[in-house]
Amino acid sequence: MGALTTRKDTVSRRAALRTGALIVSFGLAGWPASGWPQEGATPLKSGPAPRPVDPHQVDGFLAVNADGSVTIFSGKVDLGTGLRAAIPQMAAEELGIDVAKIKLIEGDTATTPDQGPTSGSTGIMRGGIQIRQAAATARRVLIERAAQRLNAAPDSLETADGHVRPKSGGDGIKFADLIDNGRFNLTVDPKAPLKDPNTYTIVGKSLPRPDVPAKVTGSHVYVHDFSVPDMLHGRVVRPPAIGAKLVSVDEDSIKDLTGVRVVHIGDFLGVVADDEWTAVRAARALKATWSEWNGLPDQKELIAALRAGPLARDEELASRGEAGTAPADAKTIKATYFWPIQTHGSIGPSCAIADVKPNQATIWTASQSTHRYRHAFAKFLDLPLQAVRLIYLDGAGCYGMNGHEDAAADAALLSKATGRPVRVQWMRQDEHGWDPKGPPQLLDLVATIDADGRILDWLTQMWIPEATKGLPSIPLLGPQAAGLDQAHGIATGLISQNAEPPYDADRSRVIAHWLTDTPLRPAHIRAPGKIANCFAIESFIDELAAAAEQDPLAFRLRGLSDRRGIEVLKRAAAMLNWQPRLSPGPNIRSPISRGRGVAFVHYKNQETLVAIGMEVAVEHASGTVSVERVVCAHDCGLMINPDAVRAQVEGNILQTLSRALMEEVKFDHSHVTSVDWSTYPILTFSDVPKVEIDLIDRPTEPPLGVGEAASAPVAAALANAIFDATGVRLRRAPFTKERVKAAIG
Amino acid sequence: MPAYELRINGLPRHAKASDPDQPLLYALRSLGLTATKFGCGLGQCGACTVLVDGQAQRSCLTTVADCEGKSITTLEGLGSIVTPHPIQAAFIAEQVPQCGYCTSGMIMTAAGLLARNAKPSEADIRAELEGNLCRCGSHIRVVRAVLRASGQGG
Repeated sequence: MGALTTRKDTVSRRAALRTGALIVSFGLAGWPASGWPQEGATPLKSGPAPRPVDPHQVDGFLAVNADGSVTIFSGKVDLGTGLRAAIPQMAAEELGIDVAKIKLIEGDTATTPDQGPTSGSTGIMRGGIQIRQAAATARRVLIERAAQRLNAAPDSLETADGHVRPKSGGDGIKFADLIDNGRFNLTVDPKAPLKDPNTYTIVGKSLPRPDVPAKVTGSHVYVHDFSVPDMLHGRVVRPPAIGAKLVSVDEDSIKDLTGVRVVHIGDFLGVVADDEWTAVRAARALKATWSEWNGLPDQKELIAALRAGPLARDEELASRGEAGTAPADAKTIKATYFWPIQTHGSIGPSCAIADVKPNQATIWTASQSTHRYRHAFAKFLDLPLQAVRLIYLDGAGCYGMNGHEDAAADAALLSKATGRPVRVQWMRQDEHGWDPKGPPQLLDLVATIDADGRILDWLTQMWIPEATKGLPSIPLLGPQAAGLDQAHGIATGLISQNAEPPYDADRSRVIAHWLTDTPLRPAHIRAPGKIANCFAIESFIDELAAAAEQDPLAFRLRGLSDRRGIEVLKRAAAMLNWQPRLSPGPNIRSPISRGRGVAFVHYKNQETLVAIGMEVAVEHASGTVSVERVVCAHDCGLMINPDAVRAQVEGNILQTLSRALMEEVKFDHSHVTSVDWSTYPILTFSDVPKVEIDLIDRPTEPPLGVGEAASAPVAAALANAIFDATGVRLRRAPFTKERVKAAIG
Repeated sequence: MPAYELRINGLPRHAKASDPDQPLLYALRSLGLTATKFGCGLGQCGACTVLVDGQAQRSCLTTVADCEGKSITTLEGLGSIVTPHPIQAAFIAEQVPQCGYCTSGMIMTAAGLLARNAKPSEADIRAELEGNLCRCGSHIRVVRAVLRASGQGG
């Protein structure tokens, strides 16, 4: 560790503020009371006692409590996504107990199994499924044990209301009475039979999400609101240029602020104070000299820079079919698409609390990956893994990896340096300036079609950064600045998926030109890569349809063989009352012209199916695009909680409209320059269109993810609608009015 | 440390601050009233909105000194889970929040609007909330909830 200097001011101890409230169920007239027990419970200062966290054991996931309740331990966390309702619903259904009797613990490395990060829309389809299987295993054993006690055949018994009881009626036995010390000591059986979906009484219901009442009354404890005794408030002073080195610090510059300590470790510079505002003032006032750094490329030349590399390698990601001989009247169409660097744009800047002691560390964080980052924290804090505990608390929505983990590392470094628990909340310019970004994506598409519009040959080429193989977690800013031990490399999420058309083609290929790096530190951002890829592929399909002089919907349907895909496309089209015709439409010369567009995704080629339709109005004089109506048909298989699904679909649509219409991170040679909401504007209420969503429920199909899929087709549907309205094809997001006006000419 | 006498959620409160320019936001949070959230500190996002003498204001831009003698209402002052304010009840009924970080500011802005205009149109609601940002995309439900709270719809 580098030099550590602190001012000698004694920092007065203060009573930590307490937050939170103990709650109770809620019930409102006209709204079903759910009586969820877990909501509002104040997070324990130390967290619950450590327990077995083996994901292969039933006990890893659930505990039967003496009071008749069941606690579920979930490695996947609720990010505002509804898991807090859906996972208890799945567990309650499979066990045979009222959902109100389920308590849920999330994302605590000492008490929940490592189910992988909460990312990639896997919360239900992986995490929920694991928990459901543990519950099914538990149910089978509960029934077997009750059968012995009651001297009855197992298939004459059922579970209900937390009891095993005869199907024919009569007294049953409480779950707790069938389990010694609340432990099953049982391996999760992947073949334990599941309940017949036709008998579901809890799964498939739009139960109210349990955290909503506390969120709307102010008693929900976000990580931002959490505190521990003796806690200091910290702020980090980031350099004016991304790669700048700390030359000197003038601690006298803040001598008027009492009780402030300055911490610098290598190039890591931070302040702590008793109260938050003093920490903010100190971070602003502290004078430091940094070295020059200007290693970012010219943003105006970014596309050329991506094409120029350097490349790690080229890789053929997909190749199917054989190219035949193109007939003489075949047409070859080419286009280049670009998706800009974007930020997660969390409304609350990242925050964390760390309590680092010489022999152990506890970190309260909104990380989506507490288990994964536990290793990183142990490494840079130089502690054994077992001595490090990360406990999840809600943050502001992050939709990928924003600054949550970085803020937690900042807090940990400041806590270790000061010997006190430290809370760090980033400022707005920290979040916009330093959160990991969605990387830029460049796609060249070329396709040959015959006179009838059949795709003879298709090639997608992508210039995207290559994720470092085996990288355990994304390097964090604080340890990097401090020169501490951590893994090096980049991660992006799976950004190369959905890069080939989901339609028939004689031959289809995808080639990735993997770049060795990307201008700003990347991370996964909602639907990583798929929004850009689907934007390109589904816009290009419309280009092919136009070249073939065919209706874009008919062009798609003819090439699509997936029954569920056909259904979502037809349903979305029906919502728009789609009448077949060529695009662009008839009114492209009007001062305000209107158009419609459609786009489709089969997410990751194997998950949720979504079709989005859109109606837009484009004002030619200003270039302003008004999205008037969005329709969406959505098939995610079994829906655990349809209203929670609907909320996710609404969010996907609105957030991606924002990304497509207005979002692009700006930077100069040394740093991000779009560091607030005026330089990085997002969608506001006046931009919100009418949204209609048709959710297709398939109770006998596996549940699929809903946190991302509906975002993928949004930009293409929008670009296709703008083309339909104006005859102008937009191949570069965002579709700002300046860009649209320039394109219309 | 100087202290400022504020009236918060109907009760006299004593807010200590070493700096008269300390934003009200930090005073509220250090009193344990953490429903009010820091979002940008620039008055651009609305997450920190509270009522000051009945008017919706950004607590990140309002100094604690300027609030002396004034009446401040935060989300905690509107109602509780057991006895929610009609706007809170409407936000529950419409299942508005996703992450919920912006929700406090949304509700306080709506409370300011409904105090002036008991039956706002949808356009009025959207205009009033134009400066409140939501990243999760809960806008549609926010508008529906405010309409419901004003006895229109639901």
